[in-house]
Amino acid sequence: MTGGSAALPPTPSQTIGPFFGHALPFAGGGDLAPAAHPGAVTVHGRVHDGAGAPVPDAIVELWQNGPEGRPPRAPGSLARRDGDLAQEFTGFGRVATDAEGRWSARTLRPGARAGRAPQVSVCVFARGLLHHLFTRLYFPDDPAALAADPLLASLDPARRATLVATAEPLGPAPRYRFDIHLQGEKETVFLDFRDFRDFRDFR
Amino acid sequence: MTPTQRDIDLEMAAHRAAYERGRASGGPAVDHPPRDYPPYRSSALRHPTRPLVAVAGDPEAVELHGPVFGHTDVSPLDADLTGQHGGEPQGARITVTGRLLDRAGRPVAGQLVEIWQANAAGRYAHRLDRHPAPLDPHFTGAGRALTGPDGSYHFTTVQPGAYPWRNHDNAWRPAHIHFSVFGTAFTQRLVTQMYFPGDPLLAHDPVLRSVVDDDARRRLVATYDHALSRPEWSLGYRWDIVLDGPRATWAEEGR
Ligand SMILES: [Fe+2]
Repeated sequence: MTGGSAALPPTPSQTIGPFFGHALPFAGGGDLAPAAHPGAVTVHGRVHDGAGAPVPDAIVELWQNGPEGRPPRAPGSLARRDGDLAQEFTGFGRVATDAEGRWSARTLRPGARAGRAPQVSVCVFARGLLHHLFTRLYFPDDPAALAADPLLASLDPARRATLVATAEPLGPAPRYRFDIHLQGEKETVFLDFRDFRDFRDFR
Repeated sequence: MTPTQRDIDLEMAAHRAAYERGRASGGPAVDHPPRDYPPYRSSALRHPTRPLVAVAGDPEAVELHGPVFGHTDVSPLDADLTGQHGGEPQGARITVTGRLLDRAGRPVAGQLVEIWQANAAGRYAHRLDRHPAPLDPHFTGAGRALTGPDGSYHFTTVQPGAYPWRNHDNAWRPAHIHFSVFGTAFTQRLVTQMYFPGDPLLAHDPVLRSVVDDDARRRLVATYDHALSRPEWSLGYRWDIVLDGPRATWAEEGR
């Protein structure tokens, strides 16, 4: 959409294509939190196409609040050192899907302000996808916060369920599963931000 | 039956004509490609069929900020793709420079720009690229830079080659450089491709032509700028990038 008269027209999006593997993934891309961090949780899932087939050439980016509920301001996502507990939490992760469409990242549970449920902002890129897609991964642990969240409350239950990760009671550290369906019966709710204007609270 | 280039050209012309008819009867200009663009066959099963859900007036703070990158993340050497492997790569050396701006025309400073591309022969240093063109031991084709205070970025690389793909019979991608860019808000995120002026393949490429608006499509083509060429050294291209995103990220103060 073209905006107001003062606005420059934007550069159009193009697909990420199939050959990003030597450029975009980086060491530690999925290690937002070190394994030894006592608060570390794993989020993982699969990306599926409209036929239910795995998407083996997608990139999933994660961006989230720190545990205290604010957007992190620390650089260093691309320079993570394995196992260094002293590194600041940057809130950003990037993982490519494997041959079975699976992705996985280890992070800290984000904080949220009152009336909002904890969530991770997710951006999906893939060959065949001409313009990336945004969604949100919500943590399932606090049903009252989920019920109060304005975006979730605006969706019918079946669609709302596509945004809420499933807790997996396996292993010592918490794990959450979040599958992404680009199309079809279980199509994930994808978000459009272009119109939000009321931003003064966040400056 | 595998479609021919002519079949694809006709499909693309029909999409463009339908868009132009819409414009003539007052329809909006559309800057981005539709996620469903049938001439690009891979889009068929990979686009949502339900409308996106608008997040209007009630974003999360995190969505109006973005990850921070700094000099721990990117070294100045990362912007020279010809200097990464101990020898000069094959091909014509070029520089690509431009400014990263928001829609109000303000520079977007200190943000991460990543590029990747095929080598001069049209081959990616990627294990799944089976094009029988030579790899170049002196070229991987990946670079990173942070934008300066004026939003500028600079890369030194080689002119990438065109390469074949399997979208249709005898399909070739025009020469291009992939770009990944961050803005101050995560919702300004952009991944796109930069093309080269005068390339005859631009007319036949369903990825580029998924941008059905002629003006918008032209914005994906860099400008050859002789003032940026360096004698006995490199040819210069200029390409500015304007980030879209929520109105909140580019509206004028106080509006
Ligand atoms: Fe490419």
